[in-house]
Amino acid sequence: MLDMTTNFDLAPLHAILEEYGSQKGTVIPILQRVQDAYGYLPKEILAEISKRTNIPLTQLMGVATFYTQFRLSPRGKHLIRVCDGTACHVSGAPHIVRAIEKEYDMPAGSSSPDLKYTLEVVYCVGACGLAPVVIVDDKVYGRLSPDAVLEKVRDV
Amino acid sequence: MPQVNITIDGKKIKAEAFKTVYEVATANGIYIPALCHHPALPPEGACRVCLVEIERQRALQPACTFPVTEGLVIHTNSPKVREARKFALELIISDHPLDCMTCEATGDCRLQDLAYEYGVKGNEYTGGVQHTYPIDDPNPFIQVDRNKCILCRRCVRACNYINGVEAIGIVYRGFKARIAFGMDSTMQDSPCEFCGSCVEVCPTAALWPKMSLGKGRAWQLKKIETICSYCGVGCRLNLHVRDNEIVKVTGADGPANHGFTCVKGRFGYDYVNHPERLTRPLVRRYLLEGGSKAATDHRGGGDGKNGDGLLATGNAAADFVETDWDTALNLVAHKFAEIKRNYGGDAFAALCSARCTNEENFLMAKLTRQLMATHNIDHCARL
Amino acid sequence: MSLLKSTDDLLSLRERAIYALGVRVPGASQPQFRNDVVVCGSTGCRSANSQQVLKALQAQIIQRELDKAVRVISTGCRGLCAVGPVMQIFPSGVFYNRVQITDVPEIVEQTLVGGKIIERLCFRDVAQNKRLAHYLDIPFYNRQLPIVLRNCGLIDPQNIEEYIATDGYLGLTKALELSPEEVIEIIKNSGLRGRGGAGFSTGIKWELCRRVAKQPKYVICNADEGDPGAFMDRSILEADPHSVIEGMVIAAYAIGAPLGYIYVRAEYPLAVIHLRRAIAQARAYGLLGENILGSGFSFDLHLKEGAGAFVCGEEMALIASVEGRRGEPRPKPPFPAVSGLWNRPTVVNNVKTYALTPRIILRGPEWFSSIGTSKSPGTAVFALTGKIRNTGLIEVPMGITLREIIYDIGGGIPKKRQFKAVQTGGPLGGCLPASALDTPVDFDSLTEAGATMGSGGMIVVDERTCMVEFAKYFLTFATAESCGKCVPCRIGGQRLLEVLTRITSGAGTPRDLDEIERISRNMREASLCALGQLTPGPVMSALRFFREEYEAHVYDKFCLAGVCKGLYELHVDADRCAGCGLCKKACSQDAISGNRKEPHVIDQLKCIQCGACVEACNLDAIVAQPRGKGVHAIAVA
Ligand SMILES: Cc1cc2nc3c(=O)[nH]c(=O)nc-3n(C[C@H](O)[C@H](O)[C@H](O)COP(=O)(O)O)c2cc1C
Ligand code: SF4
Ligand code: SF4
Ligand code: SF4
Ligand code: FES
Ligand code: FES
Repeated sequence: MLDMTTNFDLAPLHAILEEYGSQKGTVIPILQRVQDAYGYLPKEILAEISKRTNIPLTQLMGVATFYTQFRLSPRGKHLIRVCDGTACHVSGAPHIVRAIEKEYDMPAGSSSPDLKYTLEVVYCVGACGLAPVVIVDDKVYGRLSPDAVLEKVRDV
Repeated sequence: MPQVNITIDGKKIKAEAFKTVYEVATANGIYIPALCHHPALPPEGACRVCLVEIERQRALQPACTFPVTEGLVIHTNSPKVREARKFALELIISDHPLDCMTCEATGDCRLQDLAYEYGVKGNEYTGGVQHTYPIDDPNPFIQVDRNKCILCRRCVRACNYINGVEAIGIVYRGFKARIAFGMDSTMQDSPCEFCGSCVEVCPTAALWPKMSLGKGRAWQLKKIETICSYCGVGCRLNLHVRDNEIVKVTGADGPANHGFTCVKGRFGYDYVNHPERLTRPLVRRYLLEGGSKAATDHRGGGDGKNGDGLLATGNAAADFVETDWDTALNLVAHKFAEIKRNYGGDAFAALCSARCTNEENFLMAKLTRQLMATHNIDHCARL
Repeated sequence: MSLLKSTDDLLSLRERAIYALGVRVPGASQPQFRNDVVVCGSTGCRSANSQQVLKALQAQIIQRELDKAVRVISTGCRGLCAVGPVMQIFPSGVFYNRVQITDVPEIVEQTLVGGKIIERLCFRDVAQNKRLAHYLDIPFYNRQLPIVLRNCGLIDPQNIEEYIATDGYLGLTKALELSPEEVIEIIKNSGLRGRGGAGFSTGIKWELCRRVAKQPKYVICNADEGDPGAFMDRSILEADPHSVIEGMVIAAYAIGAPLGYIYVRAEYPLAVIHLRRAIAQARAYGLLGENILGSGFSFDLHLKEGAGAFVCGEEMALIASVEGRRGEPRPKPPFPAVSGLWNRPTVVNNVKTYALTPRIILRGPEWFSSIGTSKSPGTAVFALTGKIRNTGLIEVPMGITLREIIYDIGGGIPKKRQFKAVQTGGPLGGCLPASALDTPVDFDSLTEAGATMGSGGMIVVDERTCMVEFAKYFLTFATAESCGKCVPCRIGGQRLLEVLTRITSGAGTPRDLDEIERISRNMREASLCALGQLTPGPVMSALRFFREEYEAHVYDKFCLAGVCKGLYELHVDADRCAGCGLCKKACSQDAISGNRKEPHVIDQLKCIQCGACVEACNLDAIVAQPRGKGVHAIAVA
């Protein structure tokens, strides 16, 4: 069911809000679930949340922009996460980040212009033994050179 | 609350437990600078300008949040304290446009005062990144200049705790943090009611009344205290006047409003010097000149003399003409007496206004009950 | 599944559970299975394909009809993540590492059926230059003292009965027989200090909270672990979630809290899954919920997932986050024990702190305080990473020296390179040089030496790490994670980062070195929370111990480690070069020339300083030198 004023299907949102009801302190889980459902946090949906829960918009925005997990714009089709945790950093992660940024014209934290890729730099995914670690759509690659990483990215 | 004994700068003080160091010091005449703290708002502890040294604490502590307990020994002005305060001020200044020459707040700016006090002359961190935000919020009342914002969050707290609207918040974090309205849009698109409480508490020119821009600075303005004429709450206001013109209104500390006020009291003052404001009584021509009461036509047009639909009726006999107070009041008195004679007191009904003072309402009651001889009297604020 | 209504119920279940644990109990009699093979299913080994290996192993065992005799169990982290996937065979203790799917048939045939050891899959100890077959032969393990990690890699974390078999929830039964005050007394007497970083006495914290009259109270487990390069808490939650739950129930009983929260970092999906399951199981067994074990005490537990903010590890920020707000700290006092979650008395403790408490209750405060040092009793858990041979997870008694950890357990620095520094305490800690290697590892000694204990990240770097750039890395992290509430951290961190950026790009001035000290000193004094206060730590310690390196960047515009772009040239050291030509092959710019068995030369006009040759050379013959000298060298050559 497409809502005419927002152009979004609001059914998943309503189901989520239903579940949390009027419990205290649920802003973050609500936003997490909404992001799972919609891929990001569209402003229209935030407005709807505020309307239905009486949580002030400023609070929703404040929270959505505070935590790195939340995105206010859609993400590319493939997610590339480069770990720049300490172990990966000293094993050359910055070279990998730079190579991807250059190849696809997307600074870390953004998506390629064609929305094919999104590049995120993360801190420690817990695979330090494999440093430097790159995760392309949940597939973990370790100990790769920047060129080899570019190849994996190209081939997804 | 129990009393505790503390020492501030060598002075032994008895204080109520759990009051803040800032409150106790200030009440005892000991000066501690503050920037993010505002007495009407819950403390935040964000600016670090009020830091003091408390013995047996690991680091310096903010006076505005630290509760006093038995035996505290506090130094408010040690070299370490002064260095840290100056450091905080220098950092703020390093991300602040130093255009005090043309800044509206000059002379009425907490940051400027403190920079003066601590000898912060300019940017200690030349070459460092500075924010450049556009100054483009389109609302009619408040100019938002984020470049001058020091993120003290007084506005956020005022909007939340004083006005209860939560139109302002902080978005992003770290060096990228900034104030935002509603869904990070404009003030108009947020739940903002333009009460101006945020402007009231903003220590710099980050939030400034648009109607006051370029109208003069603190020392050029005369402050006149008055009571707001809009409603029965009776907020105490300061009119800031220059050349007999009100250029700004701020809240004064009255029992009803404690320094805050609503959109009408703060921004609704342009009627005072408005060219169309009525300053003399108007009376319909036929009442003055005799003749019959003619049918009025409110569609306007008329002789165009007054240039206003209400005044110009298109019917010369019904037009308003200016007169003096005695004439006008006499006319009313005669008419009232005539009505009372012909129809009795209960032909009257009086409705009092919340915009009148208590004394005026009292007089109105006297007039109605004793002279008009009726109990038909009510008040608009009777909810 | 059975609902446990009393301590007796638990004890009789325990008997059955111990039998079910089979050969993993030393000296088990008449076990159902001849062998238990445990395969690490933790994040590190998973990313090295351990799940596929496990499936292949199971398939092979069924195919060979060994499934009545041999059982495969997926456990939590075994510690030696560097050489994952790892597996261990019980009861023999044979330990295999870097196991590939292709190795599986051989493991079944040779080891599980034939009882032979496959040399190739054994851990290679570089110091002794031999393969070690048994888990306890490996120095990495035999120098450790696992208390928190005792079940890691032994039990199936998703099976509460395996936890119960290893004394699980026995500490709780004992605590429930005592009064809350007595429980607090035990924890106080044990000398337990919080494992989240600050090292505050856990017993005193609980006592403070118990004494506040307000209700309800809360217990919170801080599982936000945001340090880059640290994974202790994650591993524990993945490998032994019930130990944390049990600790929380004990804490709740001690302070009188009906409700608790585990705040777990969002990036830990596996830990979340294991925790959810563990909480559900504990509820089903009656170890959470109403009237626990018939004691009349009720307590329930919820999970809160973080959303990506390092500062939320700070307890006040964490509480703000649980309340659904921006994770901004507020000044203390009041401390959370007095006014925390929803302004109610709240105890916040680290994962490891909770995991330790059931053991302390069970074995007594004297047992615990006899381990470690007098002021820092017990053990410390570290995630050992960086330029060290055995990266992984370790638990050691407090008081052990850095040298023992790095060389005996960690196996030293690979590639014959030199140890340069060890960073403890993560991005808010500090680094220590070789001269401090004999510092005992405990809260106070590390702080005194110029670093901090932190929550357990330990990163070792070698001579190829530039200490200016290294400090800048931590600073970049810390400033990006600043909440932005207070001025010293929000703007001070940015300014400090600008100074370091200037130095690493060659634009630093002598005044910048003083600036670092001034900004650091004041951030430490003036920041609102420990994030801002400790942000300058890595820079300050690096400047203290490696000042010459900072000065070389400033005065000579030279980065000795060859890291800061533009501040060095790469040269072949003719004395070391064997003329093998590996560097020549690695160079994408054709900048290296030289005949076989003769020293090679780098053409500085072509070199782009990508460093590929440095990595390629096995003799460390390619070295960084100040710029400008190279042109001269070429002219001479
Ligand atoms: C920026 C920052 C991050 C922190 N991160 C963690 C963390 O990830 N885990 C943790 O247990 N404590 C962390 N702490 C310490 C907590 O504030 C708190 O001291 C601790 O959870 C108390 O538990 P403990 O007494 O068991 O150590 C952090 C502190 C700061 C300032
Ligand atoms: S706008 Fe003014 S009151 Fe609001 S945070 Fe900025 S400086 Fe403070
Ligand atoms: S020190 Fe940093 S993280 Fe802590 S309150 Fe201040 S800005 Fe926030
Ligand atoms: S640094 Fe790169 S370009 Fe220069 S010599 Fe080595 S491999 Fe070649
Ligand atoms: S006035 Fe106390 S921190 Fe700002
Ligand atoms: S993740 Fe497998 S040993 Fe650590």
